[in-house]
Amino acid sequence: MNFDFTEEQLMIQQAARDYAQRELIQDVLEREEKAEFPARHVKNLAELGFLGMMVSPEYDGAGMDSVSYVLALQEIAKVDASVAVIMSVNNSLVCYGLQRFANEEQKQKYLKPLARGEVIGAFLLSEPEAGSDATHQHAVAEDKGDYYLLNGTKNWITNASSASVYIVMAQTHPDKKSRGINAFIVDKNTPGITLGPHENKMGMRSSDTHSVMFSDVKVPKENRIGEDGFGFKFAMMVLEAGRIGIASQALGIATGAFERALAYSQERKAFGTEIFNHQSVAFKLSDMAVKIENARNLCLKAAWLKDNHQSITVAGAMAKQYAADIAMEVTTEAVQIHGGYGYVKEYHVERLMREAKLTQIYEGTSEIQKIIISRSLIKE
Amino acid sequence: MKILVLISNVPDTTTKIRFTGDNKSFDTNGVQWIINPWDELALTRAMELKEAGAFETITVANVGTQITESTLRKALAVGADEAIRVDAVPQDAFFVASQLAKVAEGYDVILAGIEASDYNGAGVGGMLAELLGINSVSAVSGLEIENGALKVHRDIDGGSQVLSVPTPVVLIVQKGIAIEPRIPAMRGIMMARKKPLNVIAPVDAESKTEFLGFELPAPKAACKMVEEDNAKELIRLLHEEAKVL
Ligand SMILES: Cc1cc2nc3c(=O)[nH]c(=O)nc-3n(C[C@H](O)[C@H](O)[C@H](O)COP(=O)(O)OP(=O)(O)OC[C@H]3O[C@@H](n4cnc5c(N)ncnc54)[C@H](O)[C@@H]3O)c2cc1C
Repeated sequence: MNFDFTEEQLMIQQAARDYAQRELIQDVLEREEKAEFPARHVKNLAELGFLGMMVSPEYDGAGMDSVSYVLALQEIAKVDASVAVIMSVNNSLVCYGLQRFANEEQKQKYLKPLARGEVIGAFLLSEPEAGSDATHQHAVAEDKGDYYLLNGTKNWITNASSASVYIVMAQTHPDKKSRGINAFIVDKNTPGITLGPHENKMGMRSSDTHSVMFSDVKVPKENRIGEDGFGFKFAMMVLEAGRIGIASQALGIATGAFERALAYSQERKAFGTEIFNHQSVAFKLSDMAVKIENARNLCLKAAWLKDNHQSITVAGAMAKQYAADIAMEVTTEAVQIHGGYGYVKEYHVERLMREAKLTQIYEGTSEIQKIIISRSLIKE
Repeated sequence: MKILVLISNVPDTTTKIRFTGDNKSFDTNGVQWIINPWDELALTRAMELKEAGAFETITVANVGTQITESTLRKALAVGADEAIRVDAVPQDAFFVASQLAKVAEGYDVILAGIEASDYNGAGVGGMLAELLGINSVSAVSGLEIENGALKVHRDIDGGSQVLSVPTPVVLIVQKGIAIEPRIPAMRGIMMARKKPLNVIAPVDAESKTEFLGFELPAPKAACKMVEEDNAKELIRLLHEEAKVL
């Protein structure tokens, strides 16, 4: 057992922290209020290498491990979860999916600019009628010989308007059910693609979420990822790895709220003493610290397993479910510790609380994670 | 032209400062180390000048034990090309300057921070120039290089001064030399692995000072809020409690 980080991992953590504390903090409240996409930050983070962190240098990525990724995302999400989700979708869904499953030409054409962060990507699985149950894809991709004809609607798509590259799941052989689903790389500016309005969200408001409509969109055959019918398996394997990203995001949100609550508890006085000296406040902070430590260990363990090419099905689900659930608890308590100040925007904790909620919903709800975990308990 | 940037390894500015039992030495347990902020700015300016073609390579040097290597590695990740560590416990400014004098020969421009944020000694740069027998300029807040000629900006009381100085020279730099330190990019962090970090043995040098003891500053008094329309109370507090009026 070795709990030490390498010099490089610490350097990446520090770089992410410096960027978040120096730059993101400056306009996070304003962007959140206006639901404004953080274009400048995405460009800067791309230049620093954070958008293709784990892609191998051969495809213009930084070639870092998943442990570094957890540390970096935690630092970013501590300050700005919207930026963290943009980073997470690009790294652990889009880039990871292409690096692992795309063919050489697809990697040259699409992965390289994504890894450099020159363009960003989106992952289109959910539909109005297919969220937790993604096996029932209503979007269809009809095989027309040398191209597929794509029709249907995708819902809740992160990066939908800012991305240039879409990875889209759609049904080709309805009779084969989930084994008939395919995954495609689709250029966003292909004719026939239209976006719904920017969703007016409770939190992570500066990440752009839209529904995406496909109407007779022609997708070249060479843009299918893997064998015919590989799409559902592809999506599940990618989401499995993606959970480490959302778990780390949740961990960051919790840590950000905890650090603010801890500092505030040592400044705010009530009944003649700093509120930290009231045991029920100190014990809240103690509980928060234990939960965060647990979540962090689960995230790092899942990342370590991934780096060592071991299965992360269960570890990733545990990390995602636990980190998301404690993020909700910790941020709620952080608001409580701030009293009335916690309920207004300047103190950040109410925003962190709104952000935490989403981590329990997307990339598999907490309930879905529990299905994965509980099934594994009785599997040989 | 060759440039050397001196790098001091200091505790992160948010470190909780504690001293060991006899109050004679700083307790380094659990301390996070960073590049001295002034040195980091010096390195940033060196990088900008290198990018403009004034230098081919940037060398950084530090006197310290192995714990300083991650700080040097960070300087390499930010963009220095090679690092030198003189393997010794830095004792005082004279000791450190004596060690650096051995590695600083042959450089045209040597950048030293105006002070280190740990002991605020502000002595190394000047002593190093003296030991090398070359010029030094203090309180440098700007450096330009055109066709190999140095134009140095200094802050002086109520204004600034622009000098032209011959090389070799030690420039003791302060705020203003660069705007903001750079965050190392992932590519830099990867490349830092492969850049040389040479460890060299120290030379004999005596330290000229002895630390007798440290004291922490008095704890900060709590902040008092005064209602915005109550100037009278503010004046009373300033007069009777803060005693500044
Ligand atoms: C802001 C935002 C961004 C998103 N980004 C993306 C994206 O980029 N790409 C993408 O493809 N999707 C994205 N999603 C979609 C997200 O992954 C889905 O919302 C999520 O999977 C849940 O699906 P649903 O909303 O249809 O809820 P439903 O599946 O309808 O679930 C409703 C409730 O029922 C529960 N439930 C469902 N089935 C079961 C069961 N078998 N047992 C117990 N409980 C169950 C759920 O846990 C939940 O509590 C995003 C969503 C949001 C809100």
